[in-house]
Amino acid sequence: MERAASSKKSNVAYLANGIKHWFKDNLGIIIALLVLCVALSVNPITAKTFLTVKNIFNVLRQISTNLFLACGMTMVIILGGIDLSVGSIIALSGCLAAGAVVRYNLPLGVALLIGVLVGLTIGLFNGVVISRTTIPPFIVTLATMNIAKGLAYVYTGGSPVRVVTKEWQFLGAGYIGSVPTPVIILIVVLIVTAIIMNKTRMGRYIYAVGGNAQAAEFSGIKVSRVKFFVYAYSGLMAGLAGIVLASRMYSGQPTAGEGAEMDAIAAVVVGGTSMAGGYGKIGGTIIGGLIIGILNNGLNLLNVNSFWQYVIKGAVILLAVFIDYLRQENKDRIKVSVK
Amino acid sequence: MANGVLLQMKNIHKTFPGVYALKAVDFELRAGEVHAILGENGAGKSTLIKILGGIYTADQGEIYIEGKKVDIREVHDAQKYGISIIHQELVLVPYMTVAENIFLGREPVKGGLVNAARMYEEAQRLIDSYGVNISAKSMIRDLTIAQQQLVEIIKAISYNSKILVMDEPTSSISEKEVKFLFETMRNLTAKGVGIIYISHRMSELAEICDRVTVMRDGSYIGTKVVRETTNDELIAMMVGRELKNYYTRDFKKDGEVILKCENISDRKMVKGVSFEVKKGEIVGFAGLVGAGRSELMKCLFGLTREYTGDIYIDGKKVVIRSPADAIKQGIALVPEDRKLEGLFHVQSVRFNSTIVVLKEFIRGIAVNRRKEEEITQAYIDRMSTKTPSMEQAIGKLSGGNQQKVMIGRWLATSPKILILDEPTRGVDVGAKSEIYAIMNDLAKSGMAIIMISSEMPELINMSDRIYVMCEGRITGCLNHEEVTQEKIMRLAAK
Repeated sequence: MERAASSKKSNVAYLANGIKHWFKDNLGIIIALLVLCVALSVNPITAKTFLTVKNIFNVLRQISTNLFLACGMTMVIILGGIDLSVGSIIALSGCLAAGAVVRYNLPLGVALLIGVLVGLTIGLFNGVVISRTTIPPFIVTLATMNIAKGLAYVYTGGSPVRVVTKEWQFLGAGYIGSVPTPVIILIVVLIVTAIIMNKTRMGRYIYAVGGNAQAAEFSGIKVSRVKFFVYAYSGLMAGLAGIVLASRMYSGQPTAGEGAEMDAIAAVVVGGTSMAGGYGKIGGTIIGGLIIGILNNGLNLLNVNSFWQYVIKGAVILLAVFIDYLRQENKDRIKVSVK
Repeated sequence: MANGVLLQMKNIHKTFPGVYALKAVDFELRAGEVHAILGENGAGKSTLIKILGGIYTADQGEIYIEGKKVDIREVHDAQKYGISIIHQELVLVPYMTVAENIFLGREPVKGGLVNAARMYEEAQRLIDSYGVNISAKSMIRDLTIAQQQLVEIIKAISYNSKILVMDEPTSSISEKEVKFLFETMRNLTAKGVGIIYISHRMSELAEICDRVTVMRDGSYIGTKVVRETTNDELIAMMVGRELKNYYTRDFKKDGEVILKCENISDRKMVKGVSFEVKKGEIVGFAGLVGAGRSELMKCLFGLTREYTGDIYIDGKKVVIRSPADAIKQGIALVPEDRKLEGLFHVQSVRFNSTIVVLKEFIRGIAVNRRKEEEITQAYIDRMSTKTPSMEQAIGKLSGGNQQKVMIGRWLATSPKILILDEPTRGVDVGAKSEIYAIMNDLAKSGMAIIMISSEMPELINMSDRIYVMCEGRITGCLNHEEVTQEKIMRLAAK
């Protein structure tokens, strides 16, 4: 009994410690996020609308698609790779799921499953090619990006596949209790991803392969299996994002998810994950995704011209990464001296 | 030997936030001498060299070159004063040719374009003048490490430097190439160049160096004329105490054979090798770089899938096609190139210690963190690894402590056969001695140890038997009682 109690206590201690570290590691972007939120709350134009439950949920609903992708992308980038195909997977999975309902009258569950499986299949294909050959992930996923996008256009003939049933909208536009469904799904996905990354052997191996693939192989890690898993997971996340987005838009659209891979990469990078691989945290990605999402929302509320929004978003990404760079530089200097 | 003083560094101080890296260090280099700097990792050798090279600036102190006070603020200044530094890590561009690398940043130009013909011609002439057999048109990545090192040296010399700094230049080249390097160094000193030589290998001092300066904990300890001092005295200066029993080894006979390899070939470097190892034995593998020793061990460890021949463990034939197979059979391999093949630099000591044995403490799907910390701590204690905490990034530890973590990583698998490939490369004297003691303990407990090493003294003093390899074949096996450096060399360089 006593032992169980003490172990429970130290579990709490571990959790507290984890949160402390999360806070410390991400201090820069957490402050950036808070500044952004405070600014939008006090600005006379946005003050009334920004801090409403409706708007917050709305923002989270919009962010969810990007964060699904970013979960997979965090793994991929820590592995030292890149996955450009996720945006196109959104389009293909959404179109095929919508098509399954509208064109073949398949039950909703089957249609959604098809959507997810489409993502998983393309992810598996990426994984096989990348783990079995030395073709760079950039090239492989650039190819599958085009293939998936092309197939979405071929299947739909270029126009949206509309679905008008109420059930269809539940996933993206519905609520569970008073919380939007995609937010609930997002929380589950984030928890699962965090557990994989921080608690499991596979998580460790992802960091190991990304940090030093050769050393990983020398350690008896099956490197190709790790790569295979990561790209499959990324594809799966994209498939999920595809059906959620299609549900929210009442249709599968071949233009959906265009450029989404770049927003996902931005969330990951703003979240402090190194493009060189081997280092990064899903906790950072969450904040990165929130910053980009809230920035989008704020700019909309402020009625900023959408062309200018791109410019501002780009500048913010650069700024966030630059601050992180300065901090790392500082940290390195202090650490070297300890030697 | 010309006796003009080339370089004087006086009362050099350098602090980093929280650390006094150099305290009142003096150093003097004369024209035509090879002056060694000795010291354990962290003694401040690199910091001093970086100040000389303009990478760091001293907080206090003066630098004089040929009697004139100079101000070295950046790398360019150092070059201007004729200082060239050959760093331990090679800094050549792999996808460029030898000539392009030698002339990088100062290519001969004609009418605004690089005069390639002249560049190759001059580079080749330079290379030939040192009697090196390398084409100026070869791509760097196609050269061996030793050849790359020679290119680096030729590049440094081609700046017509008066002061040449070599940071552990022999750590990755074979005995034969070391000889060649030393010859080159003598040629240079004859021309009045002063060479600062940093090395962990005591045995090289007597052969090539005139004077030696010892540093410890950022302080200047003393300068000696090499001919007038002994290794014991230098080691005592370096570690600040007498190091008794530098090598610990209780030789033991008559264990049973645990590993037997027959006719192992990998179709490239390894050609029909047979050998056996007994329980409680330390078996050395000697040979020049390229003799196929590491490649042989890669077959044994399943890193080379395409090999032929039979492996028997405890008398049973086993099939090893992957490192996972090898680990299952109780084989562990601490690889030669720690940085490339062993370390996860940004990750913690804990991460690095347990990556191989994770599956032994999975609870549900999660890694049992408490168990993991226990194991990490156990091996930190056992190897007496010096680290501020187990969460310290391993890349920030000294070479010796990194190596201890690497060995600990594999001891955690409780191997029957431990393969150590260059176990003390880039490891300071104190840690070396500790690693020898640990190897001795492991052998005494019945573990079979295979050690590949390019350091003759360590092979001779630690091994029960030494297999010598040359061009992929075993050319002889020498017992502890009969082994000498000459016998090994005769077998290694047929």
